[in-house]
Amino acid sequence: MTVTARPGDPTITPALVAEHGLTTDEYDRLVAMLGRTPTFTELGIVSALWSEHCSYKHSRPLLKTLPTKAPYVLQGPGENAGVIAIGDGLAVAFKIESHNHPSAVEPYQGAATGVGGILRDVFTMGARPIALLNSLRFGSLDSARVRYLFAGVVKGIGDYGNCVGIPTVAGEVVFDPAYEGNPLVNAMCVGLLKEEELMRAVAEGVGNPIIAVGARTGRDGIHGASFASEDLSEASDAKRPRVQVGDPFTEKLLLEASLELIRSGHIVAIQDMGAAGLTSSSAEMAARGDVGVVIDTLKVPAREEGMTPYELLLSESQERMLVVAKAGHEEEVVGILQKWDLTAAVIGEVIAEPVYRVVEGDRVVAEFPGIRLVTDCPTYEPEARESADVKSRRARDPHAIPERAEEADPLWTLERLLLSPTIASKRWVYQQYDHTVRTGTVIGPGGDAAVVRIRGTDRAIALKTDCNGRYVFLDPRVGAQIAVAEAARNVACVGGRPMAITNNLNFGNPKKPEVYHQLREAVAGMREACEALGTPVTGGNVSLYNENPTGAVYPTPVIGMVGLVESLAHVTRAAFTTDGDAIVLLGDNTDELGGSEYLQRIHDEVIGAPPRIDLRAEQALIDVLLEAIRAGTVRSAHDVSDGGLAVAIAECMMMDRGRLMGAQVDLSPWKALPLRALLFGEAQGRVIVSTPDAAAVLAIASRGGVKATAIGTVRASSGLLEMTIGSRKLRASVGSLADAYHEAIPRIMQRTASAQDVALASDSVV
Amino acid sequence: MKFGIVTFPGSNGDYDAYRAPIDALAEESVYLWHKDHDLQGADVVILPGGFSYGDYLRPGAIARFSPIMQEVTAHARRGGPVLAICNGFQIACEAGLLPGALQRNASLKFVCAPIALRVENADTIFTSRYDARQLITVPIAHGDGRYSADEETLDRLEGEGQVVFRYAPDRLQAAEAYNPNGSMRDIAGIVSTEGNVLGMMPHPERAVDPVLGSADGLALFESILQRVAA
Repeated sequence: MTVTARPGDPTITPALVAEHGLTTDEYDRLVAMLGRTPTFTELGIVSALWSEHCSYKHSRPLLKTLPTKAPYVLQGPGENAGVIAIGDGLAVAFKIESHNHPSAVEPYQGAATGVGGILRDVFTMGARPIALLNSLRFGSLDSARVRYLFAGVVKGIGDYGNCVGIPTVAGEVVFDPAYEGNPLVNAMCVGLLKEEELMRAVAEGVGNPIIAVGARTGRDGIHGASFASEDLSEASDAKRPRVQVGDPFTEKLLLEASLELIRSGHIVAIQDMGAAGLTSSSAEMAARGDVGVVIDTLKVPAREEGMTPYELLLSESQERMLVVAKAGHEEEVVGILQKWDLTAAVIGEVIAEPVYRVVEGDRVVAEFPGIRLVTDCPTYEPEARESADVKSRRARDPHAIPERAEEADPLWTLERLLLSPTIASKRWVYQQYDHTVRTGTVIGPGGDAAVVRIRGTDRAIALKTDCNGRYVFLDPRVGAQIAVAEAARNVACVGGRPMAITNNLNFGNPKKPEVYHQLREAVAGMREACEALGTPVTGGNVSLYNENPTGAVYPTPVIGMVGLVESLAHVTRAAFTTDGDAIVLLGDNTDELGGSEYLQRIHDEVIGAPPRIDLRAEQALIDVLLEAIRAGTVRSAHDVSDGGLAVAIAECMMMDRGRLMGAQVDLSPWKALPLRALLFGEAQGRVIVSTPDAAAVLAIASRGGVKATAIGTVRASSGLLEMTIGSRKLRASVGSLADAYHEAIPRIMQRTASAQDVALASDSVV
Repeated sequence: MKFGIVTFPGSNGDYDAYRAPIDALAEESVYLWHKDHDLQGADVVILPGGFSYGDYLRPGAIARFSPIMQEVTAHARRGGPVLAICNGFQIACEAGLLPGALQRNASLKFVCAPIALRVENADTIFTSRYDARQLITVPIAHGDGRYSADEETLDRLEGEGQVVFRYAPDRLQAAEAYNPNGSMRDIAGIVSTEGNVLGMMPHPERAVDPVLGSADGLALFESILQRVAA
């Protein structure tokens, strides 16, 4: 059919093409595909679908190298979410996604709509969402602007998830100057389904109607996908209208209506109208099914008069779904939507002719040959070269950094680290999230990993997100391996067997050789760790161009890990519980200090190599830990990470603020190590357990080839941390350590209310 | 015994309220659709937590006009038990089933945490299985839970024993204010003059299984079973 330009559409010029983010090569490719000059509508469609956000053009060749298979993986990458079987005919769908750029300019709506999008990705698979997690990165909390972003993001996540009624059960929050101006907001959702209810977003069946469902389409969020595919700059605030506005109440109705639709048997496919809205949902469903589609924009329910096809196709109005129904079942579909007070309108159909066609009544405004619209997008493997600055930082010897005078008292250092907002309790955050709704949360936020029970069984799933961006910055390959291993270790600490991951690759501008180097090496490290630990990747998200005017953020490949707890009896918490229990360290201490929170916090240095990681040792550690837990010998388990051994022991003593526990610890076997490395170094592969039967734990560890050492005893009512290292004796009040750890963030956030801070924050917004 | 749980658009505690009688008491639960006029023979009606109508206008203000509320009100007038939890409490106040109102938390923040409550009146159909003055731990999760009423009403509630639960200090709140939302006189839950409508911000239906941290809400459901079935 003949495609005609709409009256009033702008003429296609090189400037207009550039404004749409297409390179000259990409534009030439488009013209070659069409055999003519594109219309304005077509240019808009392609600019969205070929944006980094939708096309993964700089990451796809790398992502293909990741392991994706295991006998229990029911759905790997390429769908709205990955799905794994967990036994009894049940499965979990899960996915992580970023909303970094929107959150940088409009933290509340940016974060809220991030939660909305990931919920829809999961329930379109036929899964009922049962848990949300989030992984957040901000600049230093000393800045009023950062406090404004932090408070806004947390409120946005809370208000959305709380209203929809999905518990937010775990997450991580890291503060580092590297994220100044470009916070990372990654949200993960996990849903439960029966295997036979698994739904895929594959359009099929010639003559089947395509139905727009949910909220009406407005002019918000147009070009959100392209906005997410460019560097943030001083001008980004002017693009705030590209940020979508969320309505969690409509989302809740849409969730219920969608699950009812999927179970009704009246539909064959359903997909969220997420990034690039109607365009990407229709084009992707058609591409997956290798069918043609036609969409009539006059039939799309619109919020306002006079919206053009360009606007209707590219709007990112929230809480909308695209459904392919069975022909003849339109009335039933509409009926289900009406029950939930939502609109539904037939806007197109699946056609035999292999084209992607958009009409506005009688006029064809866009037409692409077959699925080439999706498949013809170029991929890039640009030059990769490690930054000389990073090389020289990594080569520096942390031990050459002189100690500060105050460090003569290691307890001073310990308290400083507990006050670090990255280490301190995040209760200020998660108290704003409903984490008990749906009555499934066995371990909520604040633990090593969350545990959510599977009702009707004795099993549970263990969930955790993890990534230390500083490690990845200093050594992308090792850092990514550690991210996977630490997530797995955390899941094992609560009694779960690590099963599979979803990942969120947050990186800078891939056209910079040092950034592409980070991306390539990090994906390689992730592949190695996932293979070694048997945790395939079932999908994820890539967010590039995370830059502020001073450069890229730390490369931050966030890992979202799902594990299976075989019995609720295995669920294990981090805090010490019982007087007289032995404290056992699994793993070994080293002299490593590189990349540590200690160096950053105490010396303001980001140097040295990150800790070494031995993936076989990590697997052995996980096996030993799970065996000991299943044997009933472990009363608590907590992994050693940010801040090292001293921080981890202190956390075991005071994490449960209502039940502070004392402890006596003897680290003399390592008295030859530099004291600060022993106490605050972040050597990998370590877990602290408490047990009534140290001999049993030591025997299991010995059989499993894992070093284990009884290092002390829980003293329930001593109120003291008493530590011996050779002739050195340290004594600290648990109460004062707890005060530092629990009050650090609330005290900083109280400052937000000062008039000066408010003025500063609003200055930097406008 | 049959529990009827009303699902308003935006209810999200309906599932937990539906499960609690089944899991904890082995009794029957049914969902009641907000557009219907049928209580399906429910002996006890639960107005559950959530964000009915997205809290638009103000929490509970629109839900009170749902068709089912006519039947719920008639049920309450007949002396039928109504358990109004969280958003349900807000709806019950808006509907005039209970006095007072729930305003924004004093902190202006949503709060989700386990909270200590003192049972102030153990002689109601909802609390007979508790001891008077007993301290229990039950989760809260709300942004609009600050119970407010005029002094006269508050005095009457106190005088008539209608204050059933109060926020109270215990070790969990050792280091901070124990009243999580600024409620007047630390009020967490009240009953109607006739004693058959209980409104409370905390979630007893989230505390019926020790695996989730507390089973202190169980006695509330057991009380209803004992007194209503009798």
